Amino acid sequence: MTAADAAAILPRRAGLAAAASDAFWRRPTLLLLTLLLPPVLWLGIIYLGSLFALLAQSFFSIDEFSGLIQYEFTLKTYGELLHPANLDIIVRTVLMAAVVTLAAAVVAFPIAYYAARYATGRWKALFYLGVMLPLWSSYLVKVYAWKLILAKEGILNWIFAKLHLTWLLEAWLALPLIGGNSLSVSYTGTFLVFLYVWLPFMILPIQASLERVPGSLIEASADLGGAPRQTFRHVILPLALPGVVAGSIFTFSLTLGDYIIPQIVGSSRLFIGQAVYAHQGIAGNIPLAAAFTVVPIIIMGFYLWGAKRMGAFNAL
Amino acid sequence: MSASHDKSSRAPLALKIAAAAGLLFLHLPILLIFVYAFTTEEKSYQWPPPDFTAKWLAVTWNRPDVWEALGLSVRVATTSTAIALVLGSLCAAAVARTKFFGRETISLLVILPIALPGIITGIALRSAFSLAEIPFSFWTIVLGHATFCVVVVYNNAVARFRRTSGSLIEASMDLGANGFQTLRHVILPNIGTALLAGGMLAFALSFDEVIVTTFTAGQQATLPIWMLEELVRPRQRPVTNVVAMVVVIVTFLPILAAYYLTRDGDRIAGHGK
Repeated sequence: MTAADAAAILPRRAGLAAAASDAFWRRPTLLLLTLLLPPVLWLGIIYLGSLFALLAQSFFSIDEFSGLIQYEFTLKTYGELLHPANLDIIVRTVLMAAVVTLAAAVVAFPIAYYAARYATGRWKALFYLGVMLPLWSSYLVKVYAWKLILAKEGILNWIFAKLHLTWLLEAWLALPLIGGNSLSVSYTGTFLVFLYVWLPFMILPIQASLERVPGSLIEASADLGGAPRQTFRHVILPLALPGVVAGSIFTFSLTLGDYIIPQIVGSSRLFIGQAVYAHQGIAGNIPLAAAFTVVPIIIMGFYLWGAKRMGAFNAL
Repeated sequence: MSASHDKSSRAPLALKIAAAAGLLFLHLPILLIFVYAFTTEEKSYQWPPPDFTAKWLAVTWNRPDVWEALGLSVRVATTSTAIALVLGSLCAAAVARTKFFGRETISLLVILPIALPGIITGIALRSAFSLAEIPFSFWTIVLGHATFCVVVVYNNAVARFRRTSGSLIEASMDLGANGFQTLRHVILPNIGTALLAGGMLAFALSFDEVIVTTFTAGQQATLPIWMLEELVRPRQRPVTNVVAMVVVIVTFLPILAAYYLTRDGDRIAGHGK
């Protein structure tokens, strides 16, 4: 051992790896850049690049006679969105997304509330898995399962028949708008499948926000004479609201963009996603399809902005 | 009384019923798939099933198109997961360890591919491929899948990085290890299970993805694409039932495994950080 080895500043180590390691240690920015470069390049080029390419295309138009895309800047395609038929599609999709979101919040809350405030140990794990398994299990299998359930000869009609309630189901299906020939070709069916498929996305954020409500606040409310109902209304619910908003981001956004559920369970009236798919596919009208995708992007932009102001991002 | 809201106290009956009904609503439809996989009824979705048989398992086994779709799905999911593991953990390491300008933007960039509706990602990629004149292939599917798989690896890795004490890394460096030795002997063992869990979830996500795939696959069919075709134009319903059951099993296993791998972490995260 020489004096130099014992010095506070170590000598340069030999070898390529060691040299690189030393360089990273001296210049943390270099390390940071090396770490960030691959993911940022990938997401920047492949994802953002194609997103911008898509946006650019929405400012082109399609020649009505030749069916060819004209590469000139125009707002004509956006004007087409305002045609009654297209406006109808947008309104219908937004309404469906709103109703699904509200229903999901109502169904999700008790599950999240029980899991967060009452379940412990084994039950807690069971609740967690009970939400995670349906969340992660195959989207198409879930839609398929509902096709089995809603079919004319399926389980739901059988249950109604056994309960002698077929008249009720028929009365419901006779209603305008939400009814139809059978459940699997009605908005009621579409709504049920949307609700089912996105429900776990609502449960998890609500549960997370409920778990962060300090027990001492609830005790304080009770000590001050608040009945359980009052405590829930004035303490728990306001604190859980950011979680509900966070969950609604998912349910709302996913419903806005989905085109498979309304195609498989639903009427022939289109949703935004179906319109996008139809325009880019058979019609070959990429500009209009692109303009249609801008609608959910803008709606979600405002939604996220509002959600951020409500503090929902901290609940994610 | 304060005890009425204590975790050890009992929940109101109405809440119990609502929570149980909600969980049943989430699970019964999936269980139904298992019943239908064994029904003898071929032409319709008749309930209750007239009788049960296992012969559709054999029929499905002998269908080459199912095997082809399954093979493609497994290859796509494996490749996408590998890419996502590299990109996601690099990104997580950068974001978790240092504060830098644009850090929030990076996390937004990673989340964006699943925050925006899948159809947007799908059509954006498709129009980009057609602008760049890239023909559809195995790799165009992988490009899309890897892009949205990054986020699950990133989420798992970043959570674990935040819990891994920085002093461990400093101690390793103080003891004379270089950066790569620290990575191999200290960092990787610490985040290993989180990466494994993230990888499994990424695999499940890719294995199941249908919306982006419909835009980025040409003539090739992954298993979800195969199922979608069967849903739109049914050929042999019992085979679809069996495939659906297999898909449920194939995706449940990695999710259960991922849960057990990150279980301790979730307990920490769940206790009000």
